[in-house]
Amino acid sequence: MSFLVDSIIMFTSQVLFFGFGWLFFMRQLFKDYEVRQYIVQVVFSITFAFSCTMFELIIFEILGALSSNSRYFHWKLNLYVILLVLIFVVPFYIGYFVVSNIRLLQRQKLLFACMVWFTFMYFFWKLGDPFPILSPKHGILSIEQLISRVGVIGVTLMALLSGFGAVNCPYTYMSYFLRNVTDSDILALERRLLQTMDMIVSKKKRIAMTRRQMYQRGEDQNKQTGLWGMIKSVTSTQTGSENLSLIQQEVDALEELSRQLFLETVELQATKERIEYSKTFQGKYFNFLGYFFSIYCVWKIFMATINIVFDRVGKTDPVTRGIEITVNYLGIQFDFFYAISSNKSSNVIVLVLAQIMGMYFVSSVLLMRMSMPLEYRSIVTEVLGELQFNFYHRWFDVIFLVSALSSILFLYLAHKQAPEKQMAL
Amino acid sequence: MASLDRVKVLVLGDSGVGKSSLVHLLCQNQVLGNPSWTVGCSVDVRVQDYKEGTPEEKTYYIELWDVGGSLGSASSIKSTRAVFYNSVNGIMLVHDLTNKKSSQNLYRWSLEALSKDSSPTRVIVSNGDYDREQFAENSVPLLLIGTKFDQIAETKRTEVLTRTAFLSEDFNAEEINLDCTNPRYLAAGTSNAVKLSRFFDKNKQVRKGQHSTVTQRHSSIHNFLNPGKKGTDFDEDVWIFGIVAITFHGKSCQTL
Repeated sequence: MSFLVDSIIMFTSQVLFFGFGWLFFMRQLFKDYEVRQYIVQVVFSITFAFSCTMFELIIFEILGALSSNSRYFHWKLNLYVILLVLIFVVPFYIGYFVVSNIRLLQRQKLLFACMVWFTFMYFFWKLGDPFPILSPKHGILSIEQLISRVGVIGVTLMALLSGFGAVNCPYTYMSYFLRNVTDSDILALERRLLQTMDMIVSKKKRIAMTRRQMYQRGEDQNKQTGLWGMIKSVTSTQTGSENLSLIQQEVDALEELSRQLFLETVELQATKERIEYSKTFQGKYFNFLGYFFSIYCVWKIFMATINIVFDRVGKTDPVTRGIEITVNYLGIQFDFFYAISSNKSSNVIVLVLAQIMGMYFVSSVLLMRMSMPLEYRSIVTEVLGELQFNFYHRWFDVIFLVSALSSILFLYLAHKQAPEKQMAL
Repeated sequence: MASLDRVKVLVLGDSGVGKSSLVHLLCQNQVLGNPSWTVGCSVDVRVQDYKEGTPEEKTYYIELWDVGGSLGSASSIKSTRAVFYNSVNGIMLVHDLTNKKSSQNLYRWSLEALSKDSSPTRVIVSNGDYDREQFAENSVPLLLIGTKFDQIAETKRTEVLTRTAFLSEDFNAEEINLDCTNPRYLAAGTSNAVKLSRFFDKNKQVRKGQHSTVTQRHSSIHNFLNPGKKGTDFDEDVWIFGIVAITFHGKSCQTL
């Protein structure tokens, strides 16, 4: 009886999550596009629903809600389903949509999609070899095999994102790093941009006129006969086309310059807006948070180094820090997705997002085990089998450190380069 | 000649509708082989013959400014984009016939471009919603272009064409539906080509500031020729103007 009740509760919550994912998809991700293939939306919502359910189960575990038998059953069920989705369904559809975008392979879409999927499975399997993640007594298609691989990928992704987010967030929010931008700087850049556009226009007019004259002269010259006429036609068109290619090169260079100027102007505008924002009350609050957060991030990086150097498994949980950082970072991630998505690739982007999200959640569950008190760990350990959890923590620390350090380097270089450009203007 | 006769036409629309392909087709008479993202604005020039076929034929350049980006861009990108909207003589609104949202977004695009225009004679007050009366007073000629026409199934064509007809009524503009990978749609002599040259001629006239004298002259001529017909439809009268008013124009130039 209680099992039935529990199942109903679980099912309703899953439906709720599914609806939420559906709405999110419609309102946020596909705001500017038309949904032509509903399968993408369905797959995304399913992944979202099952990922959220896993977290819900952990919470139920800690709260002691629902009977432990039903909890165990739902854990297993959920895990199987999400693994199925992450390993079979989503990669297949990603392959299918990528293939449909390539014009050459239109005819044998299904065949090529299957081929892509097999390649994915091959690499996915090979992933397990260099890592000490399971003992040889497990079978081939056991759940441990799959989870361990998904876990590795998910943990790597999480660590990369966390490392970058740990460095990027304070950089974005702290006003110390904001360069001083005045209105006249922006106006000067805009003027330069328009001047460049005018130069491009005048050069293109010359090209168009020259081409037209050559075309007209070409018609006249067809009437010219004799040796002299032929020589004349050859030499004049030669210089004409040489001129053209010269001007065309200049135009290409100017167009590149105009693109650069445009991007620089956009950056200056963004910086100016951030300066204005930082003067508001909200801005000051985030600025303070930024300082606090940067100290926190530095401490975490330090701890990761210590863990690796002294070969110790972290007592503190990487997951909560990962969650904090990546939740902030996810906002920025979505902007990135908007920027690179277009009508064609929007389906692929959303599926990739679903895949990342699913793997991220699965590995969160893995890592979370460490942070839970002993009595709750049992069910997780039981469900997930004998995985080498210590390995995951170490792996997370390593990738986190690498990612954070490289982001620092990258941001430092970008920061240094920008004021130099300003000087050159 | 260069500074006086600038005719600037904006090409606006959502990302991926085919603006760059369209501009390339119009200016180079060739299909664009490798379309890629437009960063900022790309300009191209089309050589157009004004009053083609008449003794007053004059060649002039039309600058097509293809502004990239989407409506949901960050505000920094939007304010930078506004730099390109100054002193515009005409706007081509491009939408994708296979994507309804791109057609709906055209209202917002035209609002963005027209409200940023720094011409002092027109002030558009809007709360972000589309207001048809304001567009009726708008003196910047608009042209509606629907792309990817070939990708619509035969059965759906009438439905799509009715939808675009409503759209062109709202904007008080002509419409052209084509496929940017096929130059056949804009071949000389097709109705599309005629609409295109009418649009460009309109832009040229708006630019020259002859607008007031033009309307006076053409309305009197129009009433003379068709006494029963009231009201004016400006682009129908372009041809009448072109043929008949040459003598007036020529004479006034001689006296100067």
